[in-house]
Parts: sequence; C-alpha cells; structure tokens
Amino acid sequence: MEYFLTEEQKMIKELAARIADEKIAPLAIQYDEEGIFPHDIVKILADSDLTGVYIPEEYGGFGGGVLEMSLVVEELSRACGGIALAFAGTGLGTFPIILFGNDEQKKKYLPDIAAGKKLAAFALTEANAGSDAAGIQTTAVLDGNEYILNGTKQWITNGGEADVYTVIACTNREKGARGFSAFIVEKGTPGFSFGKKENKMGIRASCTRELIFENCRIPKENLLYREGMGFIVAMKTLDRTRPGVAAQALGIAQGAFDEALKYSRERHQFGQAISSFQAIQHMLADMAIQIEAARALVYQTCRHIDSGAKNISKESAMAKVFASDVAMKVTTDAVQILGGYGYMKEYPVEKRMRDAKITQIYEGTNQIQRNVIALELIKEMSGKK
Amino acid sequence: MNVIVCVKQVPGTNEVKINKETNTIIREGVEAILNPFDAYAVEEGLRIKDKTGGKVTVISMGIPSVVDMLKETIALGADEAVLLSDRAFAGADTLATSYALSMGIRKIGNYDLVICGKQASDGDTAQVGPSLAEKLNIPHATNIRKIEELKEGYIRCQRLTDDGYEIIEMSLPAVITVVKEINEPRLPSLKGMMKAKKATIPVWTAADINADTERCGLKGSPTQVIKTFVPVHEIKSELIEGKPSEQASKLAEKLLSMRFIKCV
Repeated sequence: MEYFLTEEQKMIKELAARIADEKIAPLAIQYDEEGIFPHDIVKILADSDLTGVYIPEEYGGFGGGVLEMSLVVEELSRACGGIALAFAGTGLGTFPIILFGNDEQKKKYLPDIAAGKKLAAFALTEANAGSDAAGIQTTAVLDGNEYILNGTKQWITNGGEADVYTVIACTNREKGARGFSAFIVEKGTPGFSFGKKENKMGIRASCTRELIFENCRIPKENLLYREGMGFIVAMKTLDRTRPGVAAQALGIAQGAFDEALKYSRERHQFGQAISSFQAIQHMLADMAIQIEAARALVYQTCRHIDSGAKNISKESAMAKVFASDVAMKVTTDAVQILGGYGYMKEYPVEKRMRDAKITQIYEGTNQIQRNVIALELIKEMSGKK
Repeated sequence: MNVIVCVKQVPGTNEVKINKETNTIIREGVEAILNPFDAYAVEEGLRIKDKTGGKVTVISMGIPSVVDMLKETIALGADEAVLLSDRAFAGADTLATSYALSMGIRKIGNYDLVICGKQASDGDTAQVGPSLAEKLNIPHATNIRKIEELKEGYIRCQRLTDDGYEIIEMSLPAVITVVKEINEPRLPSLKGMMKAKKATIPVWTAADINADTERCGLKGSPTQVIKTFVPVHEIKSELIEGKPSEQASKLAEKLLSMRFIKCV
C-alpha cells in the first residue's frame, strides 16, 4: 500500500527495517529468554542516526515527529517488540522535555538522547496509581533551591537502564490532579535508586523496574514547565506517544503474520501445503486486512498529530486501541496457524503473542482509552468545545 | 591516510549462470549487489578514516547502473566514489580490469592504501588485487585478516594462510586484499543516506583516464575461459577397525606396503 511517505520517511523505515532484519531478528529469541537489555542494538540505532529522528534539529536530532518515531518503532517491533522498547520508551521519556522543557533543559538533555548516548524513561505509574493517575503518592517538596522527592514509581520501562527520567510527583495534595508537577531526574542522583526488576510475560528484553526516591534532592531548575502542570505534561505526552505503542503493536502483528504466511506455505499436511486450505487462507486474509487497516489508522493519526492539530486525544486513543487489539488477534491466530509448533518457544510466534498483550494494557489500558474516546465524542456532540 | 577501495558489482545469487558459448557470466535478469568481500574492504577503509582521518574513495568498473551501488558506499560513509564505464571496458578479463582500475587510481592520485576484497563472488579469481598492484608498481599482500599497525609510509598486517597467519610489513602506498574475518561491516546512517541521495558519481571513460583501449575490455584480455570449476581436494580415508593391538598391526602393514615405513 502506498502511504505517501516522504523520501526521508522512506529512508528511515528502510534503515530501521534493515536493522530489524539483520541485527535484531537473530537475537530476539535469546534476549527474550534471558531478559537481556539491548544496549548493543541501541548503539547500532545511534550509529545509524535513528535515535534522534523525533528530536528537533536544533538539539541534534533529525527534526521528525511522531510519524518518524512510529516508523522506527514499527519496523524494530517486527523483529522484537521488547528490543524496540529501548527506543520507544526513550521517546516516552523524552517527549515531556521536547514539549514542555525550556531551552536550557532541552540543550542539556536532548543532544545526548538524540545521539543515543543516553536513554530516557517516563515515570507516572505507582502501586496505587495506574488507570487512576490521580492517586499518585510520590511527593516533591520545595526546599530552598531544591525539590525533595519521596516515593516509589512502579513498572517503569527502561528503569535502571535510562539516564534521564521524567517523574510525575505531587507538589500540592489539596489541589488533586492540579497539584502534580513533572521533574527531570538524572540517574545517579543521591536518594534515587532502583528496586525490583520485574519478571514479565512478554517484552522481556525490555527492563521494567521500580524507581525509589528517598529524600532525593534535585535542583529547582529540573522542574518541567510549571508547578501544578504535571498532569497536563503527562497527558499531553501520552497523547503523542500512544501512536508509538500502536506502532509497536502493528510491528508485532506484522512480524507474526509474516511468520504465519511463510510457515503456511512450507508446512504440508494431507499431501499439500496448508496454505492451500481455505480455512487457513481466510485466517491469513483476515490478519492482513486488520494489519493494513491498523497501519492506515496509525500513520494517519501520526500525521494528524504532526500537523499541529489541537485535539488529538481521541485519535491517539483510537490508534492505540485498534492496533493493539489487532496485534492480540493476529498473534493469537499466527500461533494457531503454526499449531503445535506455534506453541513452542523454538518457533517465533508465541513470543509475539506474549509481547502483544502488553500493548492492550500499558500507556492507558484499552478500557481507559475507550472512556477517553467516548468522552470526547459526547463532548463534541454537546458542543462544549 | 587516504584510502582507495575497489569494488565490484556481482549477481546477488549463489547460482551464477554461465553463458556456455562465451563462458562469461550471465548478468541479465539477476539482482546485482556489492561483492560481499568488497563490503569488508569498504568497512576497513572507513575504519582507517575514522581512526586517522583522510579520505575514502571508492572505485568500480562496470555498467552505468553501478552508480547506484557506489551511492550505497557513500551512504556508509565513503567521501567520494567514481565509476569507470565505457564500451571499451566491456568483456575485460582480470588483466584488462586491473589495467583500467590502475589508470583510474592514477587519476584519483594521492593515496596511501588500496583495499580490495579478496575475490569476487562471481568470477572467484582473486587476481585483480595483486595484478593491480603490479600495474601500479607498488607492493601488495592478499587475504589480510587484520591491520596491526598503519602509519605514514608503513603497514603491518596479518595475512591469513591455511595453517594460521603470517605477519607482513610493507611500505606504503600498497595494495591489500581482505578476508571476512577482518571486520563486521556497518549499516548506513540516515545522514549518509541523505548524502548519497544527493551525491553525483562521476563516470570516467577510457579517454578520461588516458587508458590505451588496446589494453582494455575484450581487446586487452588474453584470457579465454574454456571451463570454470572449483578444484576438488579429495582426501580418501579408511577406517581401521578391531582391538587396539589389531588396529596397530593392520596400520603397520599398510604403511609398510605403502613404503612409508620399513623394517630394520
């Protein structure tokens, strides 16, 4: 399908695809099995200039937007959704700085992230604050020229591996969601440590950890935007990065589909390739239809966002919900087509089924996304906007 | 340190088809790629540039469409690339090829090292590198697996042999041909790809490089290919069975009969 990508976007996609096929695919099963963080792949992405595709040119990046980021995530995820997350999770941790950082903060952090020297992470979730982000317990108290952070963040992608963390903490309990603020915290700051490394079902080459803040003092200058704007920072960031999750789901689905299609032509039963059976053909056709529809929605959503559109929550949520549901369905069907082999770890589809599941859960569960979509629809109808 | 890398476009398949009448390779309808061994040569050139500065220039001889392959080497980080292309070059054997390349390299000038892949995956002759060095009247070493030291006018490298490796020292400029053990080729970068897209690759004719057309192409090629094949080195082995003592006496009898040993 012709998606009218620019020459640059085509190059980005092509380059990411080569890295996926030549460098990531041979490692995917091992890194998943052993939970190896892909620093070697990050180096390759950096050498190829891909780590900075979504970062403005004036800060050492390529100057692309959400579409450029998503093209890379999609292609890398085709080979391994977990390894792709080192890149995608950094995007999530970096967008708050791109969107809300002042010039000094941008100058300080973005060039190293663009060059792939540093990874980033985003820390919102806590044990009692997931879908209901307003339940955040981590606090930040201003003391002279420093904020003192206390609390524990949970399930943080790139936790422990990233150098730069955007952390949402409560600066004024009475104001509820308007009492949150966003901070940049660097790895190595005294009082900032890492807790449990999670043993996950999928995306096992990605590191998911607790962040622990115990009287962690950070300079006042590390406040992002303004006090009380933390919730806005988080929501505006997530609106822009959800297409990244959608792209990850899309890539995982495409990878599983490619394996299923290939296998169906190689596997013979009753004296013929199983691809000659209509039962399999219809499954493959349905998988391809869903993937293509998801791709069209994801790319168009990215373009909508990159155009500078003001209202993007609904579209961003739609892309994430649709692509992740497609990924779950397609990867499950891929396992079905490979049959008993599909269930075995030596074959490359069960991993994709495990990896796909998280895309329906993180960066806002698909249930929460549907709430967002419905609320926006009702708001639009009642003309409150 | 200025490096010139010689590359060749080859059919991107393991099943090279030969035209039975002319005994030349059929190139039509086959995907064309950079000769795999030449990828290591390009990478080694780029590594030298990364370490010592200077320039990497890539040169090839072939049909006009080879410029696309040369652009790929720009995407990898080569500074310049040039294609030798002229009807007069067509049908060249290794002698005529190395002559044309040597004239192109003379025109580029100002180089310290010429790097070639150890051989091309289509013709498999491994002759162009050494022959080129003769034409340029400079030293050469083949099958290099590692450059140990490289400085003004001097190179020390490891040459892969059947039994291990040799250390070779040469004065520069020189030609080396490299094996795949020498490095792992990089992928292109986005900036490189952008640069490659805009790059124009100069195409030089026989006249441009002052080549004697009598020494180019089919005219300059004394080689007539009768047949191409990979020589077979067959080792016949025989398993001697039985108890160790029986095996020993059977082996002794065999060696005696073959006169490898004798009774005293």
